[in-house]
Amino acid sequence: MLYLNIIVAGLLTGAVYGLMALGLSVIFGVIRVVNFAHGEMMVLAMYAAYVANRKTGIDPLLFLPAATLLLFLLGYALQRGLINRYIARPDHEQFLLLLAIGTIITASLLMGFGPDARNVQLQYAYDSYEIAGVLLDKVRVLAAAGALIGVAALTLFFRFTRTGKAIRACADNQVGAQVVGLDVKRLYAITFGLGAACVGAAGSLLLLLIDVQPYIAPDYTLLGFIIVILGGLGSMSGALLGGLLVGVSEALSGFIIEPSFKSALSFALLILVLLVRPQGLLGRGA
Amino acid sequence: MRETRRRAVALALFAVVMALLPLFVSTYVVSVLIVVLFAAYFGQAWNIVTGFAGQLSLGHALYVGLGAYASAVLFVRFGLPPWLGMIAGMAIAALVGSLIAALSFRFSVTGVYFALLTIAFNEFTRILFDHFGWVGATSGLFLPVANRIRDDLLMLRGSPLMFYYCLLALSLGALGLSHFLLRRRIGYYWQAIREDQEAAEALGIDVFRYKVAAMALSAAMTAVGGAFLAFYDNNLYPDTVFAIGRSVEIITAPIIGGLGTLFGPILGAFVLTTLGEAMTQVSSGFAIDGLKQWCYGAALLLIVALQPAGLWPWLERRLGLAAGRR
Repeated sequence: MLYLNIIVAGLLTGAVYGLMALGLSVIFGVIRVVNFAHGEMMVLAMYAAYVANRKTGIDPLLFLPAATLLLFLLGYALQRGLINRYIARPDHEQFLLLLAIGTIITASLLMGFGPDARNVQLQYAYDSYEIAGVLLDKVRVLAAAGALIGVAALTLFFRFTRTGKAIRACADNQVGAQVVGLDVKRLYAITFGLGAACVGAAGSLLLLLIDVQPYIAPDYTLLGFIIVILGGLGSMSGALLGGLLVGVSEALSGFIIEPSFKSALSFALLILVLLVRPQGLLGRGA
Repeated sequence: MRETRRRAVALALFAVVMALLPLFVSTYVVSVLIVVLFAAYFGQAWNIVTGFAGQLSLGHALYVGLGAYASAVLFVRFGLPPWLGMIAGMAIAALVGSLIAALSFRFSVTGVYFALLTIAFNEFTRILFDHFGWVGATSGLFLPVANRIRDDLLMLRGSPLMFYYCLLALSLGALGLSHFLLRRRIGYYWQAIREDQEAAEALGIDVFRYKVAAMALSAAMTAVGGAFLAFYDNNLYPDTVFAIGRSVEIITAPIIGGLGTLFGPILGAFVLTTLGEAMTQVSSGFAIDGLKQWCYGAALLLIVALQPAGLWPWLERRLGLAAGRR
């Protein structure tokens, strides 16, 4: 029963990881740029939710739409203004560009808030549900529900809206998309915006679960990489599956082996998957 | 031909200036120059696998750490001179590097996936060393602090000046080696693979073998730098030696300077380290957390926006040193 509790807690946290990684996956799947500033963007969203909570007392869950919109606009502007010029450049130049963006975000947060850990106080922080003997923390349930709604919304967007279909067309064949008259630049900007919006939502949700601090960003960028590679870069359901997998593996290894070992297990998983099935668990053939 | 001679003169001038510089500047400047030379040398080593052979490695701190730990452990536990430990470190790093490369390339993990795999191995090893009690785990490994009366080159115990000259020699050696390799068969093969792997394969180049060779050589060279780092710092913690931040630092200098160029890593190291020091000096007057990093990020952004191919190709043209091709 104890194990079941831990696994369920891991799954719930993993759903939020999945939403975060989904952003990374969407950006890579369409624009073919690896967003090395992903964790930084999420931490930025966490601080936005934190500030909103501090100033007005608003619950990060209610602030989520605003954070999502904020990050969408940031992502849109970044892609339009900067990243778009680098999409055909070599990998290392894109890496340096996003490294610079990430550094500036972290430094700005450091200037604004200092290095101390911040968190929000919630009245329901210690509430929990009990279903058939399994204890569920209320915050985790809410965070996971929010994450699943986010993933579902994005999936529906890509499947049913005109813009979503156009973006998928770009991902499949950029030249073809241009030939039939799609505005690829704009679609890329929307895609990056959507990828950023995922971390906007994920950041607001994660603030329910952990303290925020500027320096945690690279850890979450790495976590995002692990998840999308596990699931398959560019695969939407893969990102969610990878998130759940990593959530459970972190929770279990933290309990069975030692908390400091939890990311080692994730990296071991990553190495294994890369070597055995480099396109990821649900990725299409390379 | 004229360019070749001018390049040789410029290089000799650089070597002489660097050799004489410590006589005229303060110990503080020497300590900064040591940081520059470390960055330059690591950048040169990384440049071989990424700049020449075109395989983006984002986990080179792994080899720094292996070199550092191998030489330090052999010294602390068995009293072996660091030069022997360095050879052990080179062997281990070359082995690990070629193993990672062989695994990835055999399973056709390339491009971004290869880069992420190198990060994964880097992080995995860091966490392993965090729990590796025999080498101190998280509480660190310490070298007995040197008696500074006389420089002991055999045991690498001595003044910063000794390290300065060791690193200068190392960096100039790496420059020579890179120059030599680029004009050999292996260098041309690497460049062919970097430009178009399929075409290289079609020409009958054993792509797998040459990519693995590049990684092994790059890893071994990095490990040598790691050994010097261990004996210069006198303390080793897995979280700083194997830090992913160090991997990022290693690669920024050569990218800023000009990836795949001979002098780019050295120039990049000078620019970035000087920039970092200047930012520290300036921002210390304001006492604002993050100001230094902010300026650093902005400078990176500026350079990648204005000179995405790096500063050296641009400076080279300015100085009239650019040869016909590179």
